[in-house]
Amino acid sequence: MVLLMLPFRRAKSKHDERRQVRVWIIGLGLVFPIVVLAALLAYGLSIGERLLPRAGDDVVHVGAQGRLSNWTITYENAPDQTTEGTLHIPAGRPVDVAITTADVIHSFWVPRLAGKLDAIPGRVNVLRIEADAPGDYAGLSAEFSGTGYDRLIFTVTAHDAAGWDNFLRGDLE
Amino acid sequence: MRALERHRKLTAIWASESGLKSWFSTVNHTDLGRMFLVTAFFFFIIGGLLAMLIRAQLATPQSAFAGPEIYNQIFTMHGTIMMFLFAIPTFEGLAIYLLPKILGTRDLAFPRLTAYGFWCYAFGGAMLLIAMVLGIAPDGGWFMYPPLSSSIYSPGINTDFWLIGITFVEISAIAAAVEITVSILKYRAPGMSLDKMPIFAWYALITALMILTGFPPLILGSVLLEVERAFGFPFFQVDLGGDSLLWQHLFWLFGHPEVYILFLPAAGVISTVLPVMCRTTILGYGWIVAAAVALAFLSFGLWVHHMFTTGIPHMGLAFLSAASTLVAVPTGVQIFAWIGTMWKGRPELRLPMLHLLGFFFTFVIGGLTGVMVAVVPFDWQAHDTAFITAHLHYVLFGGFVFPIFAGLYYWLPHVTGRRRFFRLGELAFALVFIGFHVTFLAMHWVGLLGQRRRIPTYAPEDGWTTINLISSVGSFVLAIGIGMILIDVVLHALTATRGRRNPWGAGTLEWAMTTPPPAYNFASLPQVSSREPLADDPDLAVRLAKGEGYLGKPRNGWRETLTVDIASGKPDMHVIYPANTRLPILMSAVTGVFFLSLLLKFYWTVPLAVAGVVFLAWKWVWILGRRDDLEALPVGLGVTLPNAAMTGRSPGWWGTVFLLTANATFFGSLLFGFAFLWTVAPGWPRRSGSLPRSLN
Ligand code: HEM
Ligand SMILES: [Cu+2]
Repeated sequence: MVLLMLPFRRAKSKHDERRQVRVWIIGLGLVFPIVVLAALLAYGLSIGERLLPRAGDDVVHVGAQGRLSNWTITYENAPDQTTEGTLHIPAGRPVDVAITTADVIHSFWVPRLAGKLDAIPGRVNVLRIEADAPGDYAGLSAEFSGTGYDRLIFTVTAHDAAGWDNFLRGDLE
Repeated sequence: MRALERHRKLTAIWASESGLKSWFSTVNHTDLGRMFLVTAFFFFIIGGLLAMLIRAQLATPQSAFAGPEIYNQIFTMHGTIMMFLFAIPTFEGLAIYLLPKILGTRDLAFPRLTAYGFWCYAFGGAMLLIAMVLGIAPDGGWFMYPPLSSSIYSPGINTDFWLIGITFVEISAIAAAVEITVSILKYRAPGMSLDKMPIFAWYALITALMILTGFPPLILGSVLLEVERAFGFPFFQVDLGGDSLLWQHLFWLFGHPEVYILFLPAAGVISTVLPVMCRTTILGYGWIVAAAVALAFLSFGLWVHHMFTTGIPHMGLAFLSAASTLVAVPTGVQIFAWIGTMWKGRPELRLPMLHLLGFFFTFVIGGLTGVMVAVVPFDWQAHDTAFITAHLHYVLFGGFVFPIFAGLYYWLPHVTGRRRFFRLGELAFALVFIGFHVTFLAMHWVGLLGQRRRIPTYAPEDGWTTINLISSVGSFVLAIGIGMILIDVVLHALTATRGRRNPWGAGTLEWAMTTPPPAYNFASLPQVSSREPLADDPDLAVRLAKGEGYLGKPRNGWRETLTVDIASGKPDMHVIYPANTRLPILMSAVTGVFFLSLLLKFYWTVPLAVAGVVFLAWKWVWILGRRDDLEALPVGLGVTLPNAAMTGRSPGWWGTVFLLTANATFFGSLLFGFAFLWTVAPGWPRRSGSLPRSLN
């Protein structure tokens, strides 16, 4: 912005065109962005790398199926448990959510736990989330899905170890 | 022959019919360019009104202003109108109006095709407007993702209006792109070699080539989706062997280049207007052209960044993230070339310059947020929130609307031949600038707080109320500003103060004529020896009017011009244009019948319409055909040229080449789709027994 304002104030000075090309176009136009972008990209990729799901023993596996009415959650450790609109997870342990859909495209998003990932017909996308503390976290569908879209929200409930065991045994409410 | 007599004779040959009739039969690029621009601004107003409705709805929580069914139509139509019915046609109109003048010739390559394109646009746009008035407008968002847009989840006719209406409008874009490409390559003033071409022509050429390669994937996608909806062939339905991601690929294969298809012509306007406002010439002409070409190529490799959240493999993401940030490099070259131009010259704060500064400020912010969303982890959070909508408006409004306003005020005296009398423009600019930034800064913010895009309402507990209200107030300030610009322009056109010729002291050829421009542009065609012929010879206009250039003697009632060798600009052929005709409007009306029949499922009229188009196309060619051979003719200044129709490489031949280019990308996309379904789709090959619905 400063660069933009200055030429208005400055008296005309004589520069030869070739030098100006070198300063403005090659210097500021080419070299400067390349350096900045390379740094940014490296940063982005390294963060992205850390967000990737890695295998580990204490990973909990759950499934989330989007529907126009609600999200249906299934649990690998408790095959006969399904919940609607609430995802129960243990706090402090990584959870892999296998995301898919029964109808149109949705997107699974719990802003405080992770970025969003789409639920696409016929595909399963896996998202790694982890809640540091027990509590409720708001989740939303983040891909437009027609008239009920704004109401397509869900909750992630993170339990402490005891609460999680209770849930798996089916002892919750 | 005196200048006045020459003017009378040429006008008799080139003029459109008088009165209302002229609208339907004109093939003159000045008329058609103006018609394009006025229609496009009409759609800009409609789209803007829809935006006001959106902001009215979102101003308060739990607003009952419009129900979700209506609201979904409103934002879908806002996006669709702005992208397809305002922005692209504005480029086409500007290029059609300006190119022959800035290139120093008398018309575009295929005058009747220009008219055909205009009418396809007008009819297609009217179809969408009618759908909107009837309350059955498309409602799936402007990118129409299946399966939401498939017949199961959107059974109504709404989606068909989009698919068919937009394809119809797309025809006009393809027509204009062929037209523009051939015109720039062949129809220039003698002596204007490629490196002496005004920079606007370079941008227009690159944009037109991008339209020819960028639009076919979308046309293909629309055709496939419409076929799926109408006949049950499962291209995008996973349980029948298709894949909904194929649509996303095809759509963004078009959608990402689209952003550059909008930005490049705007950059062309900037590169033309900015040096004049700074009383200098553009810095680094060659660099800018190279940057534009690089941008065009890169933009085709980037579409997947709209699909970062679809679960693309990680390596692919890394690569695409790198490529997405890479586009910032040629963009940076352009921006700094412009800033360097300002340093080189002495900028003056005239009205177009204000809008250019508005562009710089807004676009740079848009670029920064763009680099942010190119970083994948950030995009995973920001995707599909109001942050993205805000970013997109910084790029589109900053990168397109501000430069277009600059161009509007720059060329307005050319269109009207008048001087600005009321000084409304400065105030209007201030309102637009302030209103815009208030609206969309607030939307960035509320997006970061988690407001999703496309939601009709939100709850008071969300805590977004104040910010949304601020944003809505900003948008109304913006609307008032745009309204004032319109009033300013209308007043300008009505007040009777004649302006001087070349009021800005520009060096390009469009100012070497009387304004408003005569139907034939130049009484005789100039011989060009630099990039700024008018700067070298301020009396050029007078000399051309006196007939001191090529083709200064009207003969046989012919509309004559000449073409040049592509690279060197040496004159190589003599061209006779067709005269006024109603054929284009007729043909696009019949084309419209074809699309309407598909839309309303009156399949028996489809073959009739096809036959009609074929018949008219035959007449089209027939009128131009000559039964006698034309000798080589003298064109003035001692040059004799063969007639184009008598040579192998006629303009028509070139037109066909570029049309085939578009066809080739269409089939290329088809192959891509097939390969995609074959290798990537989860449900392919089809399980047995799942024939299309219509077949079982
Ligand atoms: C005149 C000032 C404008 C205002 C106040 C405005 C405002 C808005 C708003 C509030 C939204 C909806 C956000 C949501 O979905 O929650 C939107 C969407 C959109 N706008 Fe604008 N806009 C303006 C101009 C433009 C222009 C000039 C263009 C393009 C050249 C444009 C293209 C779009 C697109 C593509 C969408 C997305 C539609 C969709 O989600 O399907 N807008 N605009
Ligand atoms: Cu893009």
